[in-house]
Amino acid sequence: MEGGCPASRRPPQTLLKRTSVRTQTGQTDPALIRNFCIIAHIDHGKSTLADRMLQITGVVDDRSMRAQYLDRMDIERERGITIKSQAVRLPWNGHVLNMIDTPGHVDFTYEVSRSLQACEGAVLLVDAAQGIEAQTLANLYLAMNNDLNIIPVLNKIDLPAAQPEKYAEELANLIGCEPSDVLRVSGKTGIGVKELLDHVVDTVPAPVGDANAPARALIFDSVYDTYRGVVTYVRVIDGHLSKRERILMMSTKAHHETLEIGVISPEPLPSERGLGVGEVGYLITGVKDVRQSRVGDTVTSAVKPAEKALEGYAHPRPMVYSGLYPIDGDEFPELREALDKLRLNDAALVYEPESSAALGFGFRCGFLGLLHMEIVRERLEREFNLALISTAPNVIYRVIMEDGTKHVVTNPSEFPEGKIAEIYEPVVKATVLAPSEFIGVIMELCQGRRGSLQGMDYLSEDRVEIRYTLPLGEIIFDFFDQLKSKTRGYASLDYEPSGEQDADLVKVDILLQGEAVDAFSAIVHREKSYAYGVDMAKKLKELIPRQQFEVPIQAAIGARVIARENIRAIRKDVLAKCYGGDISRKRKLLEKQKEGKKRMKMVGRVEVPQEAFVAALSTDTSAVEKAKK
Amino acid sequence: MSLDGETVPTSGELPSAALTTLGVRPFGFYVHVPFCASRCGYCDFNTYTASELGSGASQSAYAGTVIEEIRLARRVLGDVDLPVSTVFFGGGTPTLLPPTDLVRILKALHEEFGLDHDAEVTTEANPESVGPRELAILREGGLNRISFGMQSARSHVLQVLDRKHTPGRAAQAVQEAKEAGFGHVNLDLIYGTPGETDDDWRASLEAAIATGPDHVSAYSLIVETGTRLAGRIRRGDLPMPDDDVAADRYLIADELLEKAGFSWYEVSNWATSEQARCRHNLLYWSGADWWGAGPGAHSHVGGVRWWNVKHPSAYAARLAEGHSPAHARERTSAEERTLERVMLELRLRDGFPLDDLAKEVRPAAAKALATGLLDVEAFKKGRAALTLQGRLLADAVVRDLT
Repeated sequence: MEGGCPASRRPPQTLLKRTSVRTQTGQTDPALIRNFCIIAHIDHGKSTLADRMLQITGVVDDRSMRAQYLDRMDIERERGITIKSQAVRLPWNGHVLNMIDTPGHVDFTYEVSRSLQACEGAVLLVDAAQGIEAQTLANLYLAMNNDLNIIPVLNKIDLPAAQPEKYAEELANLIGCEPSDVLRVSGKTGIGVKELLDHVVDTVPAPVGDANAPARALIFDSVYDTYRGVVTYVRVIDGHLSKRERILMMSTKAHHETLEIGVISPEPLPSERGLGVGEVGYLITGVKDVRQSRVGDTVTSAVKPAEKALEGYAHPRPMVYSGLYPIDGDEFPELREALDKLRLNDAALVYEPESSAALGFGFRCGFLGLLHMEIVRERLEREFNLALISTAPNVIYRVIMEDGTKHVVTNPSEFPEGKIAEIYEPVVKATVLAPSEFIGVIMELCQGRRGSLQGMDYLSEDRVEIRYTLPLGEIIFDFFDQLKSKTRGYASLDYEPSGEQDADLVKVDILLQGEAVDAFSAIVHREKSYAYGVDMAKKLKELIPRQQFEVPIQAAIGARVIARENIRAIRKDVLAKCYGGDISRKRKLLEKQKEGKKRMKMVGRVEVPQEAFVAALSTDTSAVEKAKK
Repeated sequence: MSLDGETVPTSGELPSAALTTLGVRPFGFYVHVPFCASRCGYCDFNTYTASELGSGASQSAYAGTVIEEIRLARRVLGDVDLPVSTVFFGGGTPTLLPPTDLVRILKALHEEFGLDHDAEVTTEANPESVGPRELAILREGGLNRISFGMQSARSHVLQVLDRKHTPGRAAQAVQEAKEAGFGHVNLDLIYGTPGETDDDWRASLEAAIATGPDHVSAYSLIVETGTRLAGRIRRGDLPMPDDDVAADRYLIADELLEKAGFSWYEVSNWATSEQARCRHNLLYWSGADWWGAGPGAHSHVGGVRWWNVKHPSAYAARLAEGHSPAHARERTSAEERTLERVMLELRLRDGFPLDDLAKEVRPAAAKALATGLLDVEAFKKGRAALTLQGRLLADAVVRDLT
């Protein structure tokens, strides 16, 4: 495929030895360095393009190539999402390119902004068959605000459905260049990739820094590795960092020693000479917790510290909360241990223990957004083999009582009783990009979620940007799924926090046999409370098996019942069949039933199967059908 | 193919521990006859029609093959004095074999083990598969109890069940059996068949009672996966039997049978007296020893359970080589034995001794008493015995008490 490049078959070490002194790690001439990132939407082919760059520059030979080489975690490869950024050093025509990978999803905006601060240029990668997406647009604006040199690129030009003319026009309008300036590549076939690399060398400014000043390096990522401890990714701004050097983290004032320092190319390659101005690499100090090596912090020399830290970035705050409970109550310690381990790698994850009468002991977890929540949950289940129930997601409400007392509510169980004066809920500014034929359904959806239209612009003849303010609580549930299904997958969404608003919210409780089940309580808008109550009562009637007594299900706001269903008592639970002498079969059947009984959660006297909790709390409407089977 | 148990030596030899208590408990013999004239739509038993069977397992050679297994049983069980107290020919349709074949098998049993002087010897029969001549041969040959698969007295119900007899035939067959000298006659009934009404069910019960049996078994129709009936329900041709309806039918059965002088002694079984109870089934339910001969038959001796290969050809081939036809076996643990005891004995009228319940389930027993599932008088006498309501929820009670 890439047979035209003779270097591609040589192992990376040989290649590095052949490079000149001026490009040796630790003493690279800043004039030869180009630091850039790739901004792209999920599915627009960033990882595939990165794969081609690895091959063309010869750091990975064809034999060891595997798809999405840089994406470490299984989830990333399966879902095609890059979660943690990475930095790879690529040799190209006597230059050193540092490609800093960025996550594409809205939940990870803060990770994007840290990557942007380590770069001088950004490749804006857009699928030539789909055009730019809302999240990419948001990240593009971030990059432009950071004064990065933007290289517009259309990917997948080999696709029959590609419309490069149309989307080149769109990109040119957005960044103010000529359509002819937009590069055209195919990460899949490799077309145009060499030209892109040349273009990076030609247009991205070289880093500028003071080699003689005290060392200052920006931490743009921090990753926990089981064997090595925390691996910290840095971009050196001034001075020099060496191996076996005492270093100082300027915000935490923590002292560490660099046990190892080096670059990724694309496997870790220790550097004897450390890292110099403009270089991007990693350091290992033996610390075990990413919070001791905080993203945004400045690394300096402990012996000769810099006076002023680099400008960091705001630490991300959780936007969405949910309770996570082990299905098997005995697994609470395992869940704690798993969360502790995940936090080593995910500074944005917060959690504290909580208990639920229905679900037992678990954790209230704070997430950046829905995807972040899903990924954490999936990693807990997959990497730590835990079976979990997650409660309905919740945003942060501020409640002010008539007597002036104030409450912050991240969980329906904290919703205060008594006379409430005002409730404030977080709102977001949402941007939806979609073909103009979907304007109607999108507006209908946003309107139904208490949105208010802020404006609408045509990006091109048939694509629009629709701006709404929406309560965050309305979009964390199934807004994105609905948007996708109503627009046949064409719409994209981005949102950013935009303060809060007063809202008429109530807490709806669900009662089984007169007893409130805390896990099913929800804070909803008064106008939607009835629908929520009716829905939940119906779902539970389907999901909870008949008991030896009648079980009334009620939905209530305070003492006022707004919906009710009834599960009739079971009348027959006996196998009246002649099995002759096959006692084993009968015993095995009984053992299986007993096993099922063990998996029931007791709510008062009512036995509720785990599946009922999972399905009732799921936003996926087919979950009820699945659980019944 | 999965054994779902441990393998059995070709000799059929049992672990010596299993033999130590042999002869202490009553000993029974079950003979499976895996042939039917046609397969009923609801049936998932191990039985075959002539066309399903193919060659290699002829009905005419069957009695001889079973007698081979009886001889093997004697070798495996040793020389202990082990008179057979109950024999049960089940199926399938045992009466599809010439009656002389059943008699030959019984004779072989007598020669190898000896029959108790008051042994209970039962055969199952379809009402249409026997007449006075066959019944006379069976009775003369030593059989003294017969169980007819009547199922229903309504033709539309019999049709859904694929039963071939006419509603009146069962009554006639009972009459003929009595005339032939059978002292004990059972009728099997099925309730909850799609299309059956409460009145249909009453009519079936009344018809059964009118024929004068001394024993009635009433089973709710269970839709087993893979049966023709399951297919018809899946396609929507027939409605799924409803549990609430089945509960109603059970109550009707108990009411009419008790009124007619029958008493329940097991959840699905009623008899006119203690002597009329099926001793063979009681032997299963009380953890006694029995040998099950025939394809797919299950045996239990001293805590070891085993089951034969299912197909008649494979079964015959094993015995022709002088090998045990056992497919696999299991040795039940103490825990499993307790579970089985509660599971089986709780379904009996006398129930289960409270003292034998595990300590941790005693509160559950008290709760079952409080909710009316266990009988107060029996409880006072130290037994967990089901009330009428408890019988309908027997599986739930068993789960709570184990």
